[in-house]
Amino acid sequence: MYRYDQIDRDMLADRTAEFRGQVARRLAGELTEDQFKPLRLRNGLYLQLHAYMLRIAIPYGSLNPTQLRKLAWIGRTYDKGYGHFTTRTNLQFHWIKLADAPDIMDHLASVDMHAIQTSGNCIRNVTADPYAGATAEEIDDPRVWAEAIRQWSTIHPEFNWLPRKFKIAVTAAAKDRTAAKTHDIGLNLKRDRSGALGFEVMVGGGLGRMPYIGQTIRPFLPATRLFSYLEAILRVYNRHGRRDNIHKARIKVLVAALGRDEFASQVEAEWEKIGHTPDLPDTELARIRGAFAPKTFDTLPAVSEAFEAAKLATPAFARFARNNLKPHKVAGYAIVEVSLKAIGETPGDCSSEQMEAVADIAERYGQDDIRVTHEQNLVLPHVKLDDVAAVWAALDAVGLATPNMNLVSDIIACPGLDYCALANARAISVAQHIARKFADPDRAELVGELKVKISGCINACGHHHVGHIGILGVDKKGEEFYQLTLGGSGAEDAAVGQALGPALPYDKVAEAVDTLVETYLRERHDGERFLDTFRRTGVAPFKEAVYADVH
Amino acid sequence: MPTFIRLEAGALALADDPFTNVGDDEAIPPGDVIISLTRFQTEGEGLLGEGRQVGVRLESDEAVEALAYDLPRIAVVALAFPKFGDGRAYSGARLLRERFSYKGEVRAVGDVLREQAGNMVRCGFDAFEPADGSSLEDWRRASQRFRHVYQRASDGRSPAFEERGA
Repeated sequence: MYRYDQIDRDMLADRTAEFRGQVARRLAGELTEDQFKPLRLRNGLYLQLHAYMLRIAIPYGSLNPTQLRKLAWIGRTYDKGYGHFTTRTNLQFHWIKLADAPDIMDHLASVDMHAIQTSGNCIRNVTADPYAGATAEEIDDPRVWAEAIRQWSTIHPEFNWLPRKFKIAVTAAAKDRTAAKTHDIGLNLKRDRSGALGFEVMVGGGLGRMPYIGQTIRPFLPATRLFSYLEAILRVYNRHGRRDNIHKARIKVLVAALGRDEFASQVEAEWEKIGHTPDLPDTELARIRGAFAPKTFDTLPAVSEAFEAAKLATPAFARFARNNLKPHKVAGYAIVEVSLKAIGETPGDCSSEQMEAVADIAERYGQDDIRVTHEQNLVLPHVKLDDVAAVWAALDAVGLATPNMNLVSDIIACPGLDYCALANARAISVAQHIARKFADPDRAELVGELKVKISGCINACGHHHVGHIGILGVDKKGEEFYQLTLGGSGAEDAAVGQALGPALPYDKVAEAVDTLVETYLRERHDGERFLDTFRRTGVAPFKEAVYADVH
Repeated sequence: MPTFIRLEAGALALADDPFTNVGDDEAIPPGDVIISLTRFQTEGEGLLGEGRQVGVRLESDEAVEALAYDLPRIAVVALAFPKFGDGRAYSGARLLRERFSYKGEVRAVGDVLREQAGNMVRCGFDAFEPADGSSLEDWRRASQRFRHVYQRASDGRSPAFEERGA
């Protein structure tokens, strides 16, 4: 993975010193809260219901064991012994004291980590495929580009005060594991007929109050021209995006108002004037690429006898292998998914003890590589099939071997009313109720891939719009109600879900999900996922079943 | 007198401001003036003909392109920050410097806080009216906070990728 050099380290040190001074001025009353707020947000610090929340950047979801151990230590030292992995592949601590924040930044910087631009109206943490460097599906390693974007976007002097937050995703495989079409810019790596590398550039995706799926404004941008093109998009947005209404300030609203073609032509016109100046020289791209050079893999048989024997001997391991392993590009290796969705726990939460266990496992069996996914799970991208049983046992010992990847209990949920000042309703406990309904792993496997996503308010941090089943908490006269949507997807087949019907009370949601699943099992044809069946039948049979039940 | 800071030959210094900022409903006083774009479009020609220096104040929703043909005659372009979170003027300043090769003064006016000093200098601003009581020393420290930069901008600093290649 990318190693910081002295320049990268100096940047963090200077930023931390700046923030320490800003906190001191705030505590001394020299900065008003209005003045301080955007500054602390740009350093990841939110004021929540109970305390400050610190959001730490995990650029393109990539961590090494030393970094994960430091996060565990910070959780134990400054928080309550756990952290929360988010849909932006960041890590949040929810119980931070303002006066501790500068020291925490120093500790983070000591392992080349930071909280820069994890909030505020600026370019946020960049997302990339969590299987980068491990999947045979990829056209190029998206981390190379994601790291270059990380540097370019860090303290960008022109784009530090945008109309609204700005998120970029990079994917390089046909199967999109980044939700690229829900980002302000989604970049999909491609090769043209001559083999040259480029990006399909999609703009204007986003969830929140008004969900939009990103639209392609350039089918093939030569990869070497990425930064001038990004500058053109950002400049058009910085100048023309709305600033009069926070709810209409995202680039998706500008793209929708101008229309895709007009927006694209404004970008092209600006790009032409900018020329090549912002583009990175090949030497720098080569330097970054070198940091992501393929790991050294052993030559192994495609079939591991130890792995096959363990599956036969231990049904629970066989289940884990069925659900949590993905094919690796190298024979004899596997990608191991680590679920942070244990039944009855908070989706995305991870204790300090669990973080340390994952760090140990990655060091011993996983080439020091750990990834965070936007679906709030972890990935060990390079594990020998021979070692998977040992990895499973070590994960199981700390409660991290839940075999439910992509199944109904692998739920995305925002912190909701339990933590967040914006929320209208709880999200975590709804997720827990649903997970308990499907605690029987045989039934969950029978149901197959089903993405349930829950947001506690219209800001949609739980991505409910793109859930196969989406659940949105709303407030009705002081009571929590939930609107269900069906048929959404954040993947390559991206779509916004369709409303099921009137909102349901808190205690009916899990039951309704159960009914939806039963309806799917009744209606499905061979090989259909929930999403496929819904797309074939439409909402009618589902609606009928749920509201027949309720009334 | 409010603090007025100028960047000259790479150094920040306190300066006297010879310009009077004139509102749209005020009479034009003698001497050098900064006026709005609307007023410049009607009265600019006459004022320039009187041999005095004229500056133009652009609000954050006014495009620098509106001045493209007049820039050689304009001594100051004052870009307004109605709120410090309104970042449009950074793009305006870069375009003035990089696209229109404007050599006159680009002044930050309005809600100008030291937290923006670094971004402003990088984008080509060279005159500042801090609204937060910053001293010259505060401004200097804030604008020189970062020893390295990751991008090319209007200040000609070598970005990290060039430092690394050197």
